[in-house]
Amino acid sequence: MADNMELRDIEVWDGNMAASQALRQVQVDVVAAYPITPSTPIVENYGNFSANGYVDGEFVMTESEHGAMSCCIGASAAGGRVATATSSQGFALMVETLYSASGMRLPIILNVVNRAIGAPLNVNGDHSDMYMGRDSGWIQLDAYCPQDAYDLNFIAFKVAEDHDVRLPAMVHQDGFMTSHTAQGVHTMTDEQGFSFVGEFQPMNDMLDLDHPVTHGVQTEEDWHFEHKARQQHALMTAVLPKIQTAFDDFEKLTGRKYNLVETYNMEDAEVAVVCLGTSVETAVEVMNEMRAAGLKAGVVGIRVFRPWPLEQLAEVLKNVKAVAALDRSSPHGTVGALYNEIAGTLFNTETKAVLTNYIYGLGGRDLTKAHLKTIYGDLKANADAGKPTTPLQQYIGLRGPKLSFF
Amino acid sequence: MSEIKKIKNLKEFSTSADRFEGANLLCPGCAHSIIVREVLNATNDDLILAASTGCLEVCTAVYPYTSWDASWIHIGFENGSSAVAGAEAMYKALKNKGRLKQPDRKPKFVAFGGDGATYDIGFQWISGCFERGHDMMYVCLDNEVYANTGGQRSSSTPIGSSTTTAPAGRTSYGEKKNKKDMLAIMAAHGAPYVAQVSPSKWKDMVAKIQKGFAAEGPVFINAISPCTTEWKFAPEDTIAMTDLATDSLVFPLYEIINGTELNITYRPKNIVPVRDYLGAQGRFKHLFTKQYEYLIDEWQVRVDNEWARLQRREEARV
Repeated sequence: MADNMELRDIEVWDGNMAASQALRQVQVDVVAAYPITPSTPIVENYGNFSANGYVDGEFVMTESEHGAMSCCIGASAAGGRVATATSSQGFALMVETLYSASGMRLPIILNVVNRAIGAPLNVNGDHSDMYMGRDSGWIQLDAYCPQDAYDLNFIAFKVAEDHDVRLPAMVHQDGFMTSHTAQGVHTMTDEQGFSFVGEFQPMNDMLDLDHPVTHGVQTEEDWHFEHKARQQHALMTAVLPKIQTAFDDFEKLTGRKYNLVETYNMEDAEVAVVCLGTSVETAVEVMNEMRAAGLKAGVVGIRVFRPWPLEQLAEVLKNVKAVAALDRSSPHGTVGALYNEIAGTLFNTETKAVLTNYIYGLGGRDLTKAHLKTIYGDLKANADAGKPTTPLQQYIGLRGPKLSFF
Repeated sequence: MSEIKKIKNLKEFSTSADRFEGANLLCPGCAHSIIVREVLNATNDDLILAASTGCLEVCTAVYPYTSWDASWIHIGFENGSSAVAGAEAMYKALKNKGRLKQPDRKPKFVAFGGDGATYDIGFQWISGCFERGHDMMYVCLDNEVYANTGGQRSSSTPIGSSTTTAPAGRTSYGEKKNKKDMLAIMAAHGAPYVAQVSPSKWKDMVAKIQKGFAAEGPVFINAISPCTTEWKFAPEDTIAMTDLATDSLVFPLYEIINGTELNITYRPKNIVPVRDYLGAQGRFKHLFTKQYEYLIDEWQVRVDNEWARLQRREEARV
């Protein structure tokens, strides 16, 4: 029996500690992990809990991230609560097994501390790893600060392990900017945290020795399509309502409210910035200044990146005249992922907003308030003109000559 | 520790409770199914199994069918070991937390992989599992080639074998590199038990599998698995081929306990020339030409030297 840990109502935690504490409180049965900057402290903290009796599950330090997720898959199929953490190159090494985990319908929780992907090698935060996971069949929740990183872990377990869902989930936070920045985090007691998620309910568990099961079968053109369709059906129909219910329950328990799409002054906004992660807070600050200067500005934060909240986002953006999609990942050969998603979201609607794309912050480059002011300036010009006044894709915060496309 | 199953004779052994069904898609004459049945039938305990991508996997779990009457998992080519290690970790966690559904039954954890999955692509994962000391058995079905994908060389492919990626031709005798000594590598992990087995020497094999199941910690079994398709011999000659492999000492049967104590477990009464082993298989056909015949003599010298080395190690107990 693991010992309880006495927590203050507000603890000063960075995003990594917030995630580690959530894993401890839900009493994960198996954590199999491999350390990588900047997610390493999640694993170190957890190891520390394990060494001091605060965890009574198994803690397996593997030889690689691929091995870590492989062990997680075996452990999850055996029938219990499973989680791990990674970043960047480690995430890339895991990718093969990410598809296995979702295809085998195993509710594993992966904390991804977002970091750039080399070459050139870079340890700082951008969203390249997060975007790499977007076709993998996982639920992807996005934290903007340590408090979110704590709270969204509970939401992730609750939704992923639901027998109507049975899909793995990632909780993303920005490398260093969230993972290593200590802030006040409102806590739950161990009892509250565990009860919110509840006891793990196994399904098709290999360790039920009276009911042998075969996991990870072969299917060819006769059945593969149907399997993938079933997986997509669950992801597209079950997940968003379950997340909404979990958000509602969580608000009742803690008073903290999350939404599938987070909005800031969007009720009457004419121009809007859409972004992810820590950039949301920066954008909100600048948006308030732009409001004070008379611009009807708003901010949209994507809270659930997969499954994509298409209907909710279309509703939020329906009255805007100009939208900027901010992508913290090099799209390499096309427009940014958020630009594409938003374009797809709005295309068949009455909304005729001008949509432009900004690539920013690669490899941990700061997104400054000045950058956002420039973006809002562009948006105002676009809204007034009713058409793009800038190239569709611009790089901001880049040294040297201006870079833009389309 | 659970009681070791008593096996009196081959008839009883071959007809004991079968958790691997004959209904599978393996080639007629494939040794994989014989090896798997011998491993599974060596115990009455519950089993949690894994397989790496390969012949065994694609031939036994094609949806909506399964040949496995024990829990079984496949993830990918390289990670059958980690799959079963993860399941073993979950077993320990649930035991510790009192959440096992059948708390009085202790299953055995076994992963199967071909030589491609073992010697090559899955090597790192296996090494990790052994270093961490999971209580599991890893069985390599060693047919010395990527058979599932049509006969490409692996690091288990022996010198002179013709494969699709190291073919024999006018200027090449096929594979240039000697087979990797996997057993020595696994023994060097400090594993409590590693052994080479042949399905035709079934008493020796069962004894080793049972020793492996009785050991605490990771156990490595390397099983010779003649491949009728890629070694190019008639399907009815599979067992004869395993006999040629062990009796020519090309595939000696021995075990290493705790990384140091080496015991030779089978000494053929009449040692067969390596030439006879090579001559029985189409993959070595080109060696029986004037151009490449010297390789057969080199083979014999290599096998003799290795046999002498094993005997020295057995005597030295190091």
